[in-house]
Amino acid sequence: MGLRNFFDRIEPHFVKGGKYEKLFPIYEMVESFIYTPKTVTKAAPHARSYVDMKRIMTYVVIATIPCIIMGLYNVGLQVNSAYETIDPTGWRAWIISALRIGFDASNPLANFAHGLLYFLPIYITTLVVGGIWEVLFATVRGHEVNEGFLVTSMLFALIMPPAAPLWQVALGISFGVVIGKEVFGGTGKNFLNPALTGRAFLYFAYPANMSGDTIWTPVDGFSGATALSVGASQGYQELAANGMNWMNSFVGTVQGSIGEVSALACLIGLAFLLITKIANWRLVVGCMAGMIGFSLLLNVIGSDTNPMFAMPWYWHFVVGGFAFGMVFMVTEPVSASHTNMGRYIYGALIGFMVVMIRVINPAFPEGMMLAILFGNVFAPLIDYFVVQANIKRRARRNV
Amino acid sequence: MEGLLSLAVKAVFVENLALSFFLGMCTFIAVSKKISTALGLGISVMLVQAITVPTNNLLLTYLLAPGALAWAGFPNVDLTFLGLICYIGVIAAMVQILEMVLDKFFPPLYNALGVFLPLITVNCAILGGSLFMVERDYNIAESVTYGLSSGFGWALAITAMAGVREKLKYSDIPDGLQGLGITFITAGLMALAFMSFSGVKL
Repeated sequence: MGLRNFFDRIEPHFVKGGKYEKLFPIYEMVESFIYTPKTVTKAAPHARSYVDMKRIMTYVVIATIPCIIMGLYNVGLQVNSAYETIDPTGWRAWIISALRIGFDASNPLANFAHGLLYFLPIYITTLVVGGIWEVLFATVRGHEVNEGFLVTSMLFALIMPPAAPLWQVALGISFGVVIGKEVFGGTGKNFLNPALTGRAFLYFAYPANMSGDTIWTPVDGFSGATALSVGASQGYQELAANGMNWMNSFVGTVQGSIGEVSALACLIGLAFLLITKIANWRLVVGCMAGMIGFSLLLNVIGSDTNPMFAMPWYWHFVVGGFAFGMVFMVTEPVSASHTNMGRYIYGALIGFMVVMIRVINPAFPEGMMLAILFGNVFAPLIDYFVVQANIKRRARRNV
Repeated sequence: MEGLLSLAVKAVFVENLALSFFLGMCTFIAVSKKISTALGLGISVMLVQAITVPTNNLLLTYLLAPGALAWAGFPNVDLTFLGLICYIGVIAAMVQILEMVLDKFFPPLYNALGVFLPLITVNCAILGGSLFMVERDYNIAESVTYGLSSGFGWALAITAMAGVREKLKYSDIPDGLQGLGITFITAGLMALAFMSFSGVKL
């Protein structure tokens, strides 16, 4: 193994006392990317689990693969469908024509290739800009560059609208990584989900580029509303008139952020995470229960002026980012509650908040992002009260 | 009744005194290190708020507002210029009473709150509550609701803040940010999460 020998030969330069002592995190990053780490991690998320950080993070990235595939296909599908009436322009169209792939919306491969040309710039920007921050902090503060960043960057890229300008992508991931995570000391020490922090920052800083009807399909002059904005303005019964039925929302051939459109792909990812025990099923159960319970309640109450009241829970499940958020962000172990009882409550709080924001708050059509951030803020408090109740119960038992 | 309910929800979430108006920041930041203390302070603020807003409302309606002194035979007198000093006086008196009650009946809480209890007197959230009451022309029922629920919203915010800060004990914050710096960042991020309610119209 020549490569192993090479690493062994240069390692003394990077350990304490060596010539490039300060660059150890970078050496460690490259080495542990290729080989199994020699040391067992002792940082925060592992105190509560038996699997190591590298495995957790890699598995989450693997679980996003169905979402990536469906997302790429869908972005391509939307763009190619739009090109049936609008002439193709831009460098992506040029590449596609040069490769003779064509703009046929019924050809899955063409859709996939076209989608890739939209996803890759966003993802590469996220990786490069976020990676620079990550390595900078790791080098200055002397902690490891760990795989958590791969998850953050993948999730962040998947929740961006396909038409997002790249400088905003860079700004968002910078905010997410630096303010959402690194100022608290890195992976496992933060209290908000870094990817969502970055997304929320962009959402409030540049609302024109982050919401509306023109951003979901990156074609000039084309506008396509998401199921939620149609539902909010006309009622979910009108979705069919806009070409959206339950099935294609479930499979994910509708307008939306890159990775969130397909509830089916999210469910495949969820199955993988549950089987490998990376995600805690209590969080998922709580989140579903909260969402179903509150939307049923709203169905019963009803409203003459707000059509969203009537939207049934199985629609709430497939539209917008609910499925994606529930699978990949609610189950994130760092920012969720840590007690079993607390997990149910935390999940239910998020499920409730999603429906609340979607239905009752006219300012935002989508609620998953803010609902999860809201849940993150209250997660430690929920834990505290669960622990206190436990202490009281046990004290009573032993009088 | 429905109006009062929506007023309460609005005061707790949409117009949260701490996280939307950033009122009462000094105590919000200083007394949020432990959940139990924060909870105690939150309840005290809620109590003081629930007493002072209606009291100030009565004061305004029957003594200070233009024509309020008609019952005493002075229909042309307008004493609103005395408003600020009167509200502060009421708040100070109420806090004094609350302090004596806590000292007598809940000594651990009294000791834990220490100097911050008298400081509730000058807590801008409390005065802010009374001034909002004046500005928005609440009647007595609305004042009771608003006082109670805005105090509850503040208590909720400071307890959540304390929860997050207890969790952050295990984090590894850069030297320059330790203490107040990270607390301000945390408060900002919490306000971002509370944005989920902004725009709710009730």
